[in-house]
Amino acid sequence: MATTMHLDVVSAEESIYSGTVQELIAPGSMGDLGIMPSHSQLITTLKAGELKYKTEEGMSSLFVAGGIMEVQPTIVTVLTDTAVRAEDLDEKAAEEAKTRAENALQGKDPEDMDYEAVKAELDAAKAQIEMIHRIGKTLS
Amino acid sequence: MAGLKEIRSQIGSIQNTKKITKAMEMVAASKMRRAKDRMEASRPYADKMRQVVSHIALGNLEYQHSFVKSRDTVKRVGYIIISSDRGLCGGLNTNLFKAAFQSIAEWKEKDVEVDIAVFGSKALSMFKKYGVVAEANGLGDAPTIDDMLGTIKVMLDAYEEGQIDRLYLVENEFVNSMTQTPRVSQMIPIVAAEMEELEYHWDYLYEPESKEVIDSLMTRYIESLVYQGVVENIACEMSARMIAMKSATDNAGDMIDKLKLAYNKARQAAITQEISEIVSGAAAVE
Repeated sequence: MATTMHLDVVSAEESIYSGTVQELIAPGSMGDLGIMPSHSQLITTLKAGELKYKTEEGMSSLFVAGGIMEVQPTIVTVLTDTAVRAEDLDEKAAEEAKTRAENALQGKDPEDMDYEAVKAELDAAKAQIEMIHRIGKTLS
Repeated sequence: MAGLKEIRSQIGSIQNTKKITKAMEMVAASKMRRAKDRMEASRPYADKMRQVVSHIALGNLEYQHSFVKSRDTVKRVGYIIISSDRGLCGGLNTNLFKAAFQSIAEWKEKDVEVDIAVFGSKALSMFKKYGVVAEANGLGDAPTIDDMLGTIKVMLDAYEEGQIDRLYLVENEFVNSMTQTPRVSQMIPIVAAEMEELEYHWDYLYEPESKEVIDSLMTRYIESLVYQGVVENIACEMSARMIAMKSATDNAGDMIDKLKLAYNKARQAAITQEISEIVSGAAAVE
């Protein structure tokens, strides 16, 4: 009977924790879950909260912003979200993405200040290319 | 024969250009390293996701998510196209758009409509006239999933509501710092061929209901694919720019060498002319 298990805490952007633990308490969306080694396979969603784990050095904890936890007898993987999510927030983000596309299609794009800068950059590059061509011709 | 002064100013301006391209090359090189680190960092999450999702997709489980079931008739397909925000990175975006257009044209031949969501302003300006339904640009060098959620959600909702029957991802694959290849891959329905075969089948315990867990898992899976695509694209952009700027720097160097040769020839000619004028002048006096 195994007395330890491997814990991986990863987010889409980085790996947060990886190591051997003896015990784990996770903020499951239905309530806190205590996971011991040799737990049967389980998938659960997590809510934002404290993830506590016990190593040889004692208890430590880290904050997770929600996500998904996959439990296997000797490996536990916590896939955390990087963002605090809410259905209406996501909805708002989707609306914004649509509006941005519509604005861009109509040619008005108040947010996109970079466009002018990029155009200037392009014009400068064009001028340089022209110059190089001209010089190339006079040489040959 | 161009005047000496003219050639000298041309050399000066090319030297300035060379300095700029050299600086851009070095900036791109250091940004590429960071982008590659970020790419590596996002890998464990995506790998783990893939494992879990492939288990769910292959296992004969009690609840089948709509992303796993493939639909027989395809009336409309969706594309998520990931490009860079800035240019001066060689043929990176052009090659990507070519691959995208090719794939889109295949569907158009079958009278299938196309919906497009784009990341990056290069793709936006390219696909404007083909009907972009959602977009995100200006994500910067360190993009966050936060900024992408909205655009992804538009496409996922369209799939769930049956507006689109397939969803493709068009992205650049980072082979190494010299090579980047465009790739068009099917995201939804999730392709079983890419999945690892499982030796034995077991089902998870789900908490809360399997439906809720799998729903949020699938959404995150797709998001992580797109996130990876965006991060990978930045690495591609930087290395493509590094190469482009390196060859620009080399070309500027060649140009300067040629001009210097022309300058020296012109100078020599002027000196020779001067000497012969003096000599013939002296001869006339004698």
